[in-house]
Amino acid sequence: MTMHTLSVLVENKPGVLARVSGLFSRRGFNIDSLAVGETENPDVSRITIVVNAESSPLEQVTKQLNKLVNVLKIVELDPQVSVARELLLVKVRADRNARGQVLETVSLFRARVVDVAPDTLTIEATGTPDKLDAMLRDLEPFGIKEMVQSGTVAIGRGSRSITAGPALRAA
Amino acid sequence: MTRPTPETLAHSARRARTVTEPTGDADHTSAPRSGAVPAAPAVRQSAPAQVSGAGSLVRSLEALGVDVVFGIPGGAILPAYDPLYDSTVRHILVRHEQGAGHAATGYAQATGRVGVCIATSGPGATNLVTPIADAYMDSVPMVAITGQVARPLIGTDAFQEADIQGITLPITKHNFLVQTPEEIPRMLAEAFHLASTGRPGPVLVDIPKDVLQAPTTFSWPPTLDLPGYRPTLHPHGKQIREAARLMAAARRPILYVGGGVLKAGATEGLRRLAELTGIPVVTTLMALGAFPDSHRQHLGMPGMHGTVAAVYGLQKADLIVALGARFDDRVTGKLDSFAPDATVVHADIDPAEIGKNRHADVPIVGDARHVIDELLTAVATEQKTGHRADLTDWWTQLDDLRERYPLGYEEPSDGTLSPQYVIKRLGEIAGPDAIYVAGVGQHQMWASQFISYEKPGTWLNSGGLGTMGYAVPAAMGAKVGRPDAVVWAVDGDGCFQMTNQELATCALEGIPVKIAVINNGNLGMVRQWQTLFYGERYSNTELGTHKHRIPDFVKLAEALGCVGLRCENADDVDKTIEAAMAINDAPVVVDFVVGKDAMVWPMVAAGTSNDEIMFARGVRPAFDDEV
Repeated sequence: MTMHTLSVLVENKPGVLARVSGLFSRRGFNIDSLAVGETENPDVSRITIVVNAESSPLEQVTKQLNKLVNVLKIVELDPQVSVARELLLVKVRADRNARGQVLETVSLFRARVVDVAPDTLTIEATGTPDKLDAMLRDLEPFGIKEMVQSGTVAIGRGSRSITAGPALRAA
Repeated sequence: MTRPTPETLAHSARRARTVTEPTGDADHTSAPRSGAVPAAPAVRQSAPAQVSGAGSLVRSLEALGVDVVFGIPGGAILPAYDPLYDSTVRHILVRHEQGAGHAATGYAQATGRVGVCIATSGPGATNLVTPIADAYMDSVPMVAITGQVARPLIGTDAFQEADIQGITLPITKHNFLVQTPEEIPRMLAEAFHLASTGRPGPVLVDIPKDVLQAPTTFSWPPTLDLPGYRPTLHPHGKQIREAARLMAAARRPILYVGGGVLKAGATEGLRRLAELTGIPVVTTLMALGAFPDSHRQHLGMPGMHGTVAAVYGLQKADLIVALGARFDDRVTGKLDSFAPDATVVHADIDPAEIGKNRHADVPIVGDARHVIDELLTAVATEQKTGHRADLTDWWTQLDDLRERYPLGYEEPSDGTLSPQYVIKRLGEIAGPDAIYVAGVGQHQMWASQFISYEKPGTWLNSGGLGTMGYAVPAAMGAKVGRPDAVVWAVDGDGCFQMTNQELATCALEGIPVKIAVINNGNLGMVRQWQTLFYGERYSNTELGTHKHRIPDFVKLAEALGCVGLRCENADDVDKTIEAAMAINDAPVVVDFVVGKDAMVWPMVAAGTSNDEIMFARGVRPAFDDEV
């Protein structure tokens, strides 16, 4: 199994996310992560879905998604020529003795502290899933009290845009 | 117990006439179509007019050329029924929403036009779920219109509230929840466009009651806003040429024809393609009538209860050309042993069908009519350059199989009436112009096997979902759509008890369908499986329609305003069918009391390979020594 990142451009209408996520569960495809938000065009939302699938089920996923009337365009992003990021917020146990070491990890991973309490630090980090995993491994010994993670968002490198095209102009 | 003789029949018919007001059907002048081509919407210009949301809905239906809708009113949809009262759209008041849904499907299958059903919110809408799922599986152009609770009540578990948009997400091609009355004309037009183009399917439009009541402006035509919907109709030339090259070079090719060919109205082209290439043809359960059963090149239906020649033809083919078919499990049997030596050309309008179950070596996305037309040209070009397949050996093998393993049945040893004989005679007497509508089970398979289908649009059934209870309401819809055709439902005693209430609708609305109840007293197909796979332990399959004659189908028919006939032995079969054929002003139900032990053969048991096909119980055709 390999991870594939799909960028799905959809009409920004009520219920579209339910159509997309429902399709995955109904057809037995696993979503590894999902993130959704508006694009530069307010009529168009972009859903980034990471799926764990062989290439032939992936083709079926893509074709089934394309059948949804609200789906405008699907692009699989090649990890070699795209940038993928996740956002992590993590609350780490950090009393006076540990704080220095925790801050060292924070700066090592170019993360930042967004909240301070007497015995904890809340850290914000963005990066690839690999980088965030590495940072979490480093923080684990101090004690992770709570964490929350976004789905992956991804965009192709270079000047080409996947949101250009006749279908999207019409939307 | 009533056993009508020909003399009492005439009496019954007269009696029926007194309760039935036969309509002239003056507003249903549509001629039967040879192909199922969706009618172009009646595009009329309409200057802006002040109406209610409900008025806008009804005027939209009129503008779309809708002549008939099937439905039941209720609280949330009630505003729509007021303008409907004065409309040119005929509303047929059914007895159960499931009947409305299947009637819309029967109408659509028989005419190629969009079938429309209407229900209220909550239970009205959920009763449409089965026919919507049925239409989705069989790609039927249907629009379902449902009332919804008023907008401020949505999400509050209000009286008769059900999230029908959410419920039908997986079983509709698309669905809409109308948010403002201004959206009504556009969403209706979009719903009809989606339902009838590309791969057809059901579309649901859910309209809150306060949206129906609100004042709005109606104008026509609206502008469709479907930027994500672009069905591919024209196939890729390179793929077509590759397919033609393979067809000219194959030694054991076969045309595997599915329902898409009927929906595209491509049957004439199919015939030319088959004759030009000499390639044998199999037609799936959904495609019966797409290629004449009487044609020499027709091997019959493939699949679980297909002919030995059709199953073998697919299984041993070196080239399968699939046209509007989807490699359903009932056709392929155990998928990984299906047609192991075949190169596959798969043409379908739905790209997601291609490669879904079986890898396609040459995928072709396009409408079957365009695909076949372009294949005709490409094959002719191949033939001009001297490339033409020599199929002599192939045909020798197939002809030999046809001769040794024809479709047939044994007369029951207990002297009971043979169901296959009844169905065979029905087909012979009613002829190839009649429309046959089957329920689901043994009678459906026998109707597919022993009636000869020569023309498109003459065989309607629930293929994908396998909905028992489909036949009576679907026959009603078919008869409404094609009032000049003789419409025979071939139903089982189990199926018939699920939806026969619509016979009251037929009697009152002047829809003289004919129902042959193949009454074996049991859930026959389930019983067959119990016989074969469950050691003859007949758990809950006996219905009592023989033992106790409950219900008495003749009395039931009469209670529903129909003529009821009964036939219990072979000598009476012809005259009973003829008596039913003679009654044209009332629905007729014939209770054919048949033996319970008849089985459907041939059979490929579920989950086994097509190589394991059984010609009859304990009789396996010898395949491997022939190739």
